[in-house]
Amino acid sequence: MTASVLIQHFLTGISLGGAYALIAVGYTMVYGILRLINFAHGDIFMMSGYFMIFIMATFPWFLSIPVVLAFTVLLGVGIEKVAYAPLRSAPRMSVMISAIGVSYLLQNLATYLFTAIPRAYPEIPILKKIFHFGEITTSLVTILTPVLTIVLVILLMQLINHTKIGMAMRAVSKDTEASRLMGIKVNTTISMTFVLGSLLAGVGSILYFTDRMTVYPYSGSLPGLKCFVAAVLGGIGSIPGAVIGGFIIGICETFLVAMGYSMFSDAFTFLLLIVILLVRPTGLFGEAATDKV
Amino acid sequence: MSQNVLKVEDVTMQFGGVVAVNNLSMEVNEGEIVALIGPNGAGKTTAFNVISGVYAPTNGRVSFMDKPMVENHPKGKMRRIYHGEKDGVYKQSISKTPDQITKLGIARTFQNIRLFKSLTVFDNVLIATHMRSKANVFSAAFRTNAAEEKANRQKTSRLLEMVGLSDEQGEISTSLPYGKQRRLEIARALATEPKLLLLDEPAAGMNPQETLELAQFICQIKKDFQLTILVIEHHMDFVMEISDRIYVLDFGKLIAQGTPDEIQSNPHVISAYLGVQDDE
Amino acid sequence: MKKHTGRDLVLSLLLAAAFAALLYYFQYDKAASHNYAVSILERSAIYAVVAVSMNLLNGFTGLFSLGQAGFMALGAYTTAILTIPTHVRQSVYYMNGIEPWLEKIHLPMVPAMIVGGLIAAGFAALIGIPVLRLKSDYLAIATLGFAEIIRALLASRPMDRITNGSYGLNNIPGFKSIYQVFGIAAVCIALMVLLINSSYGRAFKAIREDDVAAEAMGINLFRHKELSFVISSFFTGVGGGMLAVYMRSIDTKTFQVALTYNILLIVVLGGIGSVTGSIIGSLLINGGQEWLRFLDEPTTVPVLSSLFKPGFRMVVYSLLLMIVVLFWRSGIMGTKEFTWDGLFGLFSRKKKKTGGA
Repeated sequence: MTASVLIQHFLTGISLGGAYALIAVGYTMVYGILRLINFAHGDIFMMSGYFMIFIMATFPWFLSIPVVLAFTVLLGVGIEKVAYAPLRSAPRMSVMISAIGVSYLLQNLATYLFTAIPRAYPEIPILKKIFHFGEITTSLVTILTPVLTIVLVILLMQLINHTKIGMAMRAVSKDTEASRLMGIKVNTTISMTFVLGSLLAGVGSILYFTDRMTVYPYSGSLPGLKCFVAAVLGGIGSIPGAVIGGFIIGICETFLVAMGYSMFSDAFTFLLLIVILLVRPTGLFGEAATDKV
Repeated sequence: MSQNVLKVEDVTMQFGGVVAVNNLSMEVNEGEIVALIGPNGAGKTTAFNVISGVYAPTNGRVSFMDKPMVENHPKGKMRRIYHGEKDGVYKQSISKTPDQITKLGIARTFQNIRLFKSLTVFDNVLIATHMRSKANVFSAAFRTNAAEEKANRQKTSRLLEMVGLSDEQGEISTSLPYGKQRRLEIARALATEPKLLLLDEPAAGMNPQETLELAQFICQIKKDFQLTILVIEHHMDFVMEISDRIYVLDFGKLIAQGTPDEIQSNPHVISAYLGVQDDE
Repeated sequence: MKKHTGRDLVLSLLLAAAFAALLYYFQYDKAASHNYAVSILERSAIYAVVAVSMNLLNGFTGLFSLGQAGFMALGAYTTAILTIPTHVRQSVYYMNGIEPWLEKIHLPMVPAMIVGGLIAAGFAALIGIPVLRLKSDYLAIATLGFAEIIRALLASRPMDRITNGSYGLNNIPGFKSIYQVFGIAAVCIALMVLLINSSYGRAFKAIREDDVAAEAMGINLFRHKELSFVISSFFTGVGGGMLAVYMRSIDTKTFQVALTYNILLIVVLGGIGSVTGSIIGSLLINGGQEWLRFLDEPTTVPVLSSLFKPGFRMVVYSLLLMIVVLFWRSGIMGTKEFTWDGLFGLFSRKKKKTGGA
């Protein structure tokens, strides 16, 4: 591999990693606050892709993007209200099954409504603009993704660390009951978590599918799984951790594919999960939680 | 000379910046009832959790029958804090898990009763006999251990009779009144055949009459099962009534130890503990 | 309760005899509609094995695995490879050929299924070591990932000469009689029931109820969780083997995540923590699979005509899963088991109701 090829792959890697990071943040936030693996998160991301296809059919791209993001947020919060909120006091397994039910439903609904045949993702002209740096050719989306990811995550961190709602989110994730007693509106706070998570998944979806060019009903399931692993790698509950986890997985996957091991790129993520659990179960930036006995 | 059953040496337990237990040392001798008392948040339950293996201490050692079962030394930043400042920085790291410690012969109850909720009273106790069972998964599934199973069931019935729960044995455990749930938890702990029994606030939420009955009950099982007992409790009357010796914790530190009479007249205890009790 | 044991035994034997007679009748009277019914019953029996094994894990031990499709695929491929008659192997593997060392290995059906189960159990043991020791929460995601990867690996090029890659395997000898499938299913379920009612089964339940208390009672959490997971996966693998024999030809598309979700629907509908519930759930879902086929077909009924098209049935199924979880969490049986007393109780209660009205 020459230097320019290496850089080319690296760019692709951080671009993919950026999209993964945005999705992983949603997983880590929801797990942090509800201790729930939100199986539907990957499918929200997939549905967001379909939203874009249909909305771009009538609107120009600059209008479509905010509309798509709004729909994605509505979907995410709607799922929380319908499928998770009623089970707040139920055993955790019920909530998990409900999450799987939503995931299954979205996949089946997408198959039913849009058929299993992959659909072309609309081109957003500005994102597809090609740049040349010497031997390296790249489109705007490739460069934009990691930059946008980092900007959004910094904004998110500011929100969580310096606003009232952010403080409420931190409080609820530490101790839901105590937060309720302190007068924090727990349900609103949880909804807010889903708003932010879905919003980032929506942005991730635009960046990811612009690169991949097609959407099909299962295009959310494997990336979803990988992003959850990214969140575990970074330390579940830690937002910077999820971002770094996303980048690591994106870059590793790209290089594995480039070296001709595309078949093992999925298996790699799985192996990574096992290795993290063996070596550092709290992830890179996670702290060990102690249950009160 | 009675034998030393439990020995806690220089145990410190830190959660981040919070020192829940600070350099605690104590001993429990065979056949004694020892009480660990102190105001809320003094670190009593944390000390229990270290002894029963739920937490690995930041520093210190816990030995049972003269064998170390939990021993830890500070790591990284902790080591820098500890060297030179604290006594007895231990070199090796042993941390037996709660099930291994139970197997050695220490059983416990929980402050906020932890029964197997949707199971029957009988099953709650029967489950605790599983640990001493010699059956492997095949002999258990194919019932070649029928004799042992029968013995365990008889033992369970006997234990339930002793704690006065024979009539309720088919009921779901959480349907019992509070006092009986406490007794069930003790019966379940006894089913593991312990030498040392750890009771975490057994009289919590009981009225004076029930507390008195509990005190008699504890003395009775101590005699019947030849137990050594370490108990955490708030009720001073109860503690004074049953214990041979008392340790007093305040803010994680041991502030006094001695017989009930000595403790009652100790000025430190009166200011730290009895003073607080008036507010409650 | 005790005095009814004789009656219950007689009733159970009668039920079994009636079922056997029904099967005999179906076999004797070779009408096409009967074949259809038998086929549904056979499929239900196979799914029941897998559903009970899933229940062993998530209903009785409180662990959540989503690897059923993967473990079934392992069992199915192993059984298929080992039972396809040696003389037809060249034609089955005509595209890529077969690995020479594999060509002559042949086993009868039941040992092949056991080997399939053991392979599934072996993989489960490997996954369980890191996951169950440290973060049982992640078992669902780890097994889901594992199932997807197993499916991809079975269809991948390097495996062509073993699994016949994306072409799948056919010419698998079917069940010799319809009693065989029900017999094997009954044995598997009986073994799991024996385990559940043993002291190990009680330890599993203790872990489900309160793992901190279970550990304080001397139950080694990791050992028991691992045991439950491995045994569950073994029977899932055997169930996969049965599915291969039943279907006579398999490929990796059979073992998609949807298969796991269907099994989950059976368990949830029947009642998490009820073996008989899982069996009833399996009958209902597999029956429903056929009865609800009309949902996928175009209709001329005005309002429904735009609704009924391929894929609608699966939408209904996934909605059903959600509805059960949200509004009927105990499912049909809750954590109870079917008993004759319960059945008679149901009738007498109904009688009382009508009497009162």
